[in-house]
Parts: sequence; C-alpha cells; structure tokens
Amino acid sequence: MIEVAGLTKRYGEKMAVNQLTFAVRPGIVTGFLGPNGAGKSTTMRMMLGLDRPTAGDVRIDGQHYDRLKDPLTYIGALLDAKAMHGGRSAFNHLLCLAQSNGIPRSRVHEVLDTVGLTAVAKKKAKGFSLGMGQRLGIAGALLGDPRILMFDEPVNGLDPEGIHWIRNLMKSLAAQGRTVFVSSHLMSEMALTADHLVVIGQGRLLADTSMADFIRENSRSYVRIRSPQRELLLDVLHRAGIIVVENGVGTLEVDGHRPEDIGELAAQHRIVLHELSPQQASLEEAFMQLTAESVEYHAHTDTPLGAAPPPLPGEQPGPPAPGPQWGDDWKKG
Amino acid sequence: MSTPQPQTHQQAAPAPNWQSAPGTSYTSPIPITRTHLGHALTSEWTKIKSVRSTMWTLGVFLLLVVGIGLLVAANTDSNDYADVPYTIPAFFGLILGQICLITLGVLVVSSEYGTGMIRTTFTASPQRHRVLTAKLLIFFVVAFVVSAFAIGFVGLITSGMHGGASDNKWGGTVLMGALYVSLLGVLALAVGSMLRHSAGAITAMLGLVLVPAILPAFLMMSESLRTLGEKMTEYNAPNALAKIFELDSENGGGGSQLVLLVGVTAAAIAGAYALLERRDV
Repeated sequence: MIEVAGLTKRYGEKMAVNQLTFAVRPGIVTGFLGPNGAGKSTTMRMMLGLDRPTAGDVRIDGQHYDRLKDPLTYIGALLDAKAMHGGRSAFNHLLCLAQSNGIPRSRVHEVLDTVGLTAVAKKKAKGFSLGMGQRLGIAGALLGDPRILMFDEPVNGLDPEGIHWIRNLMKSLAAQGRTVFVSSHLMSEMALTADHLVVIGQGRLLADTSMADFIRENSRSYVRIRSPQRELLLDVLHRAGIIVVENGVGTLEVDGHRPEDIGELAAQHRIVLHELSPQQASLEEAFMQLTAESVEYHAHTDTPLGAAPPPLPGEQPGPPAPGPQWGDDWKKG
Repeated sequence: MSTPQPQTHQQAAPAPNWQSAPGTSYTSPIPITRTHLGHALTSEWTKIKSVRSTMWTLGVFLLLVVGIGLLVAANTDSNDYADVPYTIPAFFGLILGQICLITLGVLVVSSEYGTGMIRTTFTASPQRHRVLTAKLLIFFVVAFVVSAFAIGFVGLITSGMHGGASDNKWGGTVLMGALYVSLLGVLALAVGSMLRHSAGAITAMLGLVLVPAILPAFLMMSESLRTLGEKMTEYNAPNALAKIFELDSENGGGGSQLVLLVGVTAAAIAGAYALLERRDV
C-alpha cells in the first residue's frame, strides 16, 4: 500500500506535481497514466525518496521510504533501464544491490534466471540492448522479492515479445498479492494490464478510478448509421430533435440515443438502413479527451508547421469533461 | 474487466511483524535483514572491484610509483642515501601517481551520477549518508593499502640495493606518504560527490594540486602578495610530499601540511554530507 498525500514538487516557477493525493493498493495493477511531462516520473522519484517533495507526503505501508530498514524487500523499482554502470557485469550489478540489503547471493542467480539473462550474466551491461537492459532493471526490482513493485514506462522501446513478457509478469506479480504500480503514457497499454487507473496531467490528479469505470465514464458511445435515403433520414432525425453528425465518408453518427430508438424511428418513416451499429470510441480517444487540456507540449495548429495534429474524429459536443475544470487556471497562466 | 476488491482491513496486532500484515497478502520467503553499514561496505567493495577504471587507475599508479622509483634507485648510489630515507625514489612517482588516486576518488562517486546508477543505489539504500560513508571508507582503505605497498616496496628494494649507507628510519615515510596521497583521493571523492560530474571534479582537483605549485612563481613578483606566495610554496601538494620524504630535511617531516590536508578534506566531506541529504538525485 502506497499512500500519496498532497504531494507537490515545484521547480522554480513550474509546478511539476501539484497536490497529488491517491493510494496504490495491493493485489492489483495500478496504472499511472499521463501525457509526456505530466509529472509521472517526478512523482515516482518522490515516492522512492530520490527527489524531495516541496510539500506533501508519501508513505509506504505507513512509513517514509528513507525510514525503511530493508528497502529492496519492500519496494522494487525500475525507473530507468539505463540506471546502471555500463562497465559492470549484470551479475556484479545485481550483487552489489543485493549486498547493500543483505540479500543472499543465491537470489542474484534466481532473478537472473527469472528474467532470462543467465547466459549473459558475466557480460558488461553497456553491451546490452534496450530490452536486455530493461530485463536487468526488472531483475534488480525483483531482487528483494518485494511486496511493492514500481515500473516507470516499462514497455518503452521494447519489441512485441518483450512487451508481452512484461505484461504477463506484472499480472502474475499482482496475482501473488503484490502491489504493482506502473506508469505509461499509452492508454492502450494500460487497458491490457491495469485494474485501477490514476490519471494525471500537468501534475494534477485527473482521475483515480477503476479501469472499468474509467472506460464507462470516459468513452463516447454513439450509433453509426448508413442509409441510401440519407436526406430523408436526416430530416426525420432532425424533426425528432436528434442531433446528427455527418462524417466525411457518408455515414451518420448519433450521440446519446439507443440504436433501438433510431431503428424504430426509421421504420416508422419506412427508411431503408444499411447499417445501424452501436460504437464505442477507443480508450486512447477517451484518454486524449481527458488530458487534452493538460498536454504540455501541444503541436499547435496555428503554427505554420506542416505537422498539424491529427484531427479528432469525434470532435463535437460530446460528453462534458468530468470533474472540475482543471484546465482553467492553466489557461490563465 | 473485474476489479478485485482490495483488502483494506488494517493490521490490528501490536506485533511489529509487518511481513505478515494482512493488508499486503504477499509474503516473501527471503529472510528480512535490517541493513547497516556493513552491508553498504560489502556492496561498495563489490562496486569498486568490479569496474575496470579501478584496475586502470591503480595499475597506472603502481606502474608510476614502482617503475619510476626503481629507475631512480638504479641511478643513484649508496652515498645519496646518507641523509635521506630509502623511500625517496617513490616520491618522484607519487608526484604523478597522486593524479591516479584523485581520478579514482572522483570516479568512485561521480561515475554513479554519470551513468544514473546513483538512483538505483539510493533506491536500494535510502540512507544516503551510509552510502557515502561506505564509499569513503572503502576508497580510503584501498588507496592507503595500495600506496603504502608501492612506497614500501620501493623502499625495500632501494635499501636492498644501497643498504648500509645509513641507518635512517623510513617506515614513517611510508605511512605519511600513503596517508597524504590517500587523503588527496578522499578529498577528490568528496569533491566528486559535491560536483557530481567526473570531468569537472577531476579538473577542480588538478587545479587544487597544481595551481598552488605554479602560482607562487607569479605571486613572488609582487611585493604585497609575497607572503601568500610563500605560504602556497610551503603547503602545495608536491611540496608537502617532498617534505614528507625529507627531500630538504631542514623543516619538519610535512606534519603541518598533512594537518592542513586533513582539515580541508574534513571540510569537503562535511560539505558533501550536507549537500547529499538536501539535493534531488
């Protein structure tokens, strides 16, 4: 159990993390989601006592991190795959970590075996690929067989096989009753691994919810319609007070109405439908909608650059953004 | 996707055995150890011996001190040692060799910042002062043993080659000389911990060693700066070593220079500890 209370980190004028309060509970994978620069890594560093918070508090099972007598058996963390001395062999890297916490040498062989690096245990870490470095970092996190595991962007830069391995590892670790806290900027990745979501943007908490609730609340559901009698259908829907959005490829989209209602309405007016299907916007879209206001590095449309952001297909009066208007005072600044 | 309800019931038992706390259902089979300085020392010992830079810097140090020492010993005769200790050939190698110990001292800590290893280290040992203490102790012992060996070896060989010319005691020069260069390395370690940057810290240390040896030549030209120049001449690192090895046996054996270095090193270590706890990693 990790409890974060009012955690704040200020770098000069910039608030990297702003009054963050949430809890990470055992037995599930908690996803820590936010766009680049949202403050995820800063928060994780503060949780591990590496950065000093400007204000607020982090407690690991009720204790401060630097009060832990046996930190590696409490928390295993992978912050940065390259946070190791490249000139040291994988075995020695893990050995010096193990020794600092009084963990027996045999455990080093065990974790090397777990992550599949036994064959290269005597090789220098600087010759490792990103995936191997990531595995070595995870071996270090598993060294103390900790109850809490923390991974910062573990799948970044990995090949599909490595991603698959990490996903399964995280799930199995959580299934053993451990607390797993994993950050990502990819909603799709979280959807596959996380049971609970903590979403931040601009250092502020945007959502702290179960994955299922997040999907339900944040994804836009709509009905997609195709009809050869398009004009007639538009007229009928308009008269019924149903707002219709036409998209470029000749299909119509209706928000906030059940497909049954629209089908019956069309039947009353003897309109032929070629398609009437309920649709759900992707999670990625829901995440972008949630964090749109807080994305730090926008590719601005009004800049003369050729690289304009991809237009959002559902950019229309969708469901209002939940929660307080967190973007408001950001705009003031 | 179902969300398992987390077990939120708190541990009611007064026993501090949180390992079996019901709130965290996972129990590790690994025995729990309360970490102490001993763990940090074994860890730092593994670290210092498992990187090539240690072997390089200490290898070059030995090569310089022993190599130059033996060359000097071979080109002197027994009469040269009438008034000076047999370890004097080691002095010439130490003037260059001290740079190796400075480099190693800096690297012991700054390489961790350079590679990002420091975050892993401090995650494993959040008691940062303990890590620095272990680094200081391990480095000092390694540097002292290696330099005492090198100086003593040169002294033994020289006394074997030119024995009988004098009965002067040279054991003290081994300890003093080794202590002086090891402390320079410890000072470098403390500076490396404060600056966190290998090149910067090595440059700063070279400046500290070399500038007081060169600058007096210019300071002497001005009447008002003459006393400052004289102090620098007396207390600069190469001259301190010269005094320790009784190169000019007029003044004492470099005791006051050693005291100055101890003072400077202690101040740098204090600064390193103070900054270590305050700064983000």
